[in-house]
Amino acid sequence: MTSLTGTGTLVRLILRRDRVLMPIWMLCMALLPMGLASGTASLYPTDAGRQGYIDSLAASPMLLLFYGQKPAEPSLGALIFWRSATGIVIMGLIGLLVVIRHTRVEEEAGRRELLGSAVVGRHAALTAAVLTVSGASLVVGVLVALGMISQQTPASGAFAMGFAWAFAGILYAGVGALAAQLTTGAGTARGIAGAVLGLDFLLRGVGDVAGGGLSWLAWATPLSWVYKVHAYTDDRWWLFAICAAVTVVLAYAALRLSARRDLGAGLLPPRLGPATAPASLSSAFGLAWRLHRGSLLGWTVGLGVVGGVLFGGVAKTASSLLEGNGQLTEIMERIGGKSVASDIFVGGSLGIGAIAVAAYGISAALRMRTEEAALRSEPVLTAGVSRLRWAAGHLTFALLGPTVVMAATGLFAGLVYGASTGEIGRQVPRVVGAALVQMPAVWLLTGLTVAAYGLLPRLSPAVGWVALSLCVLLGQVGAALQLDQLVLDVSPFTHIPHLPGPAAVPATPLLVLTALAAALTAAGLAALRNRDIPVT
Amino acid sequence: MDNAISVVGLTKSFGQAKALDGLDLTVARGEVHGFLGPNGAGKTTTIRILLGLLRADGGTATLLGGDPWRDAVALHRRLAYVPGDVTLWPNLSGGEVIDLLGRLRGGLNAAKRKDLLERFDLDPRKKGRAYSKGNRQKVGLIAALASDVELLLLDEPTSGLDPLMEEVFRQVVAEETRNGRTVLLSSHILSEVEALCDRVSIIRQGRTVETGTLAELRHLTRTHITAELATPPNGLAQLPGVHDLKTDGATVRFQVDQAELDAVLRQLTTHGVRGLVSQPPTLEELFLRHYETEPVR
Repeated sequence: MTSLTGTGTLVRLILRRDRVLMPIWMLCMALLPMGLASGTASLYPTDAGRQGYIDSLAASPMLLLFYGQKPAEPSLGALIFWRSATGIVIMGLIGLLVVIRHTRVEEEAGRRELLGSAVVGRHAALTAAVLTVSGASLVVGVLVALGMISQQTPASGAFAMGFAWAFAGILYAGVGALAAQLTTGAGTARGIAGAVLGLDFLLRGVGDVAGGGLSWLAWATPLSWVYKVHAYTDDRWWLFAICAAVTVVLAYAALRLSARRDLGAGLLPPRLGPATAPASLSSAFGLAWRLHRGSLLGWTVGLGVVGGVLFGGVAKTASSLLEGNGQLTEIMERIGGKSVASDIFVGGSLGIGAIAVAAYGISAALRMRTEEAALRSEPVLTAGVSRLRWAAGHLTFALLGPTVVMAATGLFAGLVYGASTGEIGRQVPRVVGAALVQMPAVWLLTGLTVAAYGLLPRLSPAVGWVALSLCVLLGQVGAALQLDQLVLDVSPFTHIPHLPGPAAVPATPLLVLTALAAALTAAGLAALRNRDIPVT
Repeated sequence: MDNAISVVGLTKSFGQAKALDGLDLTVARGEVHGFLGPNGAGKTTTIRILLGLLRADGGTATLLGGDPWRDAVALHRRLAYVPGDVTLWPNLSGGEVIDLLGRLRGGLNAAKRKDLLERFDLDPRKKGRAYSKGNRQKVGLIAALASDVELLLLDEPTSGLDPLMEEVFRQVVAEETRNGRTVLLSSHILSEVEALCDRVSIIRQGRTVETGTLAELRHLTRTHITAELATPPNGLAQLPGVHDLKTDGATVRFQVDQAELDAVLRQLTTHGVRGLVSQPPTLEELFLRHYETEPVR
């Protein structure tokens, strides 16, 4: 097969380039379930204790959205497989990102060309990327299995779990490989593959939460097959055969597409643009609009419309699941205050939506860093545009963009939820309010990113994403790990009042968060005015 | 005299690395000033300080009568800048970038834009990611040259251009200067410098090592002499200004500093000159001598 000549060398090149990054994510992923198992085993040593824990978690439809259907038995292994399902999604995300990093990113940067001129087969680069990611995922899987065995769980279940994690990485490596063939820009390829993963996640979650007529959704996507392995209870090994077959189909399709197109080209031919700029493209703000409008539209449709409709649509079903269960209602009241179950579900969904929107806000703010590092801020900043005006264009989208998305999410959730209960007029303002009340926490994270961009430009992406990860971690597992309230208070989302609900909204935390966000943004802008540009 | 650019004793460090170490630069209004130096000498750093993008650690810089840092925005409306590696937004067409940058500066000369697009043979409809290196450079050049500004700061603007386009660039810059435009041109292409520049400054390791007209600079360099003498020479090596002396019987080859030429020729004639070949220094030698990595005195 001459079309694969050089694949081995390219695998080594990928390993060399990722020699720091790859071991880090592999180790993190491998240690996550083992750590969780060891902590859970000491907190809940008995089956009865674990059953209570599972029931309390499963009472929240939000957690079902993340974890899938609760396990049939309360063994430690089954609990951990269920409880660490977020890791499956992360494996998928890593798989697609790493494949795109070594295919389309390389091609866009022109480095593929250099390689392609050497003795390297047509299919070698794509094959090497998919093989490397699959290999790394399998190693993670084996490490996960060994870690779980070390926690005294049965070996067969441990390996079923390990392979489930591995195949999440492998499947979405295939998705990433296919997406990388479609467009000329790596960013768009990441967007497509990420959207596929996100949609899979949502569909699977809706299937698990809604059940009944929608439960087939929980079987409909590649991600759901990995969930449905149900390690330690069902150990459905045959699902891996399907996963492997689908991966082969995806990779084959990607190779066929790759063979049919020119180097650097996408499936769609690049279109010509206008010869002159429209009137809207006359200012720094006009440029920012051009650069941000695509992602604003994507987020508004993806999260605002699709997410909002899903959240609102499932809310009534979710609440009917709970209403017959007095004990669960009591638990829910303890978590979310005296609210009806559907309110808690809507509020919780919007809380998750706010985390996603914060990711959008951070990435929009980091666009300034991307522009600076690519030397594209220079032509604007030397054409009569002040630094503040330039930053203001991007910040408009980093601060108001997430607000628009969140408002849309609330609007569509409220409309659908209201329609299902026959009280649109009452629910729309309540749910929109519950969505917008999240904004101060979102702005705080954006503000932190802006501050980092001004003061520590090279570190700003790390600051933004680590802060967001910390919030996710504290929100998701903080309460379960019984962390001290002081630690939980670090996340701005902890201070957001639970809405919609009967309680009055305390204004103080919202005002403090907003003021902090403003102060951080101002600090970042002040630093930007006084520092060198570009810092590369 | 009213100078467009006046830089005295400029210093700038990046961490441990000293980029500028007391750089001086004076560009008179209306002249094309060549800005030369080996890679890493500090040319781009100087230009970025003049653009108010970087802040100098020490020294003074004046641009069009203003402070490049404090008055950045006002000054930028009066100048245009072309970097050595023009990067474009991948999804904006070349025409859109030209218009955007022109409008930001307060308007574009539509007739010039059209004329330059034709002369540089650029398709303005292609998206940024579809342009080759040379075509990206053309987008930057047209955006800068199509606006009626007082000062052009060009940082190796022709890198990646083919010889034909290089020629177009020279013609356009020559036309611009006839209209009273001032140009600071950083370049490695000696023929370009020779064709366009009134004066040049050569910098090395963050310092100005030479500045003047090309004729003045030539004057500072060495002439190659090959002489056939009646008797073998003596005492020639001891004369000041004589370098690389090679004696082959009665034939000598050496280089001599322009300033010492008269004294050296006097000494030669005492030996009876039978033949004499004198070669003026080439521009290449002029620059190579300054580019060599000997330590700055």
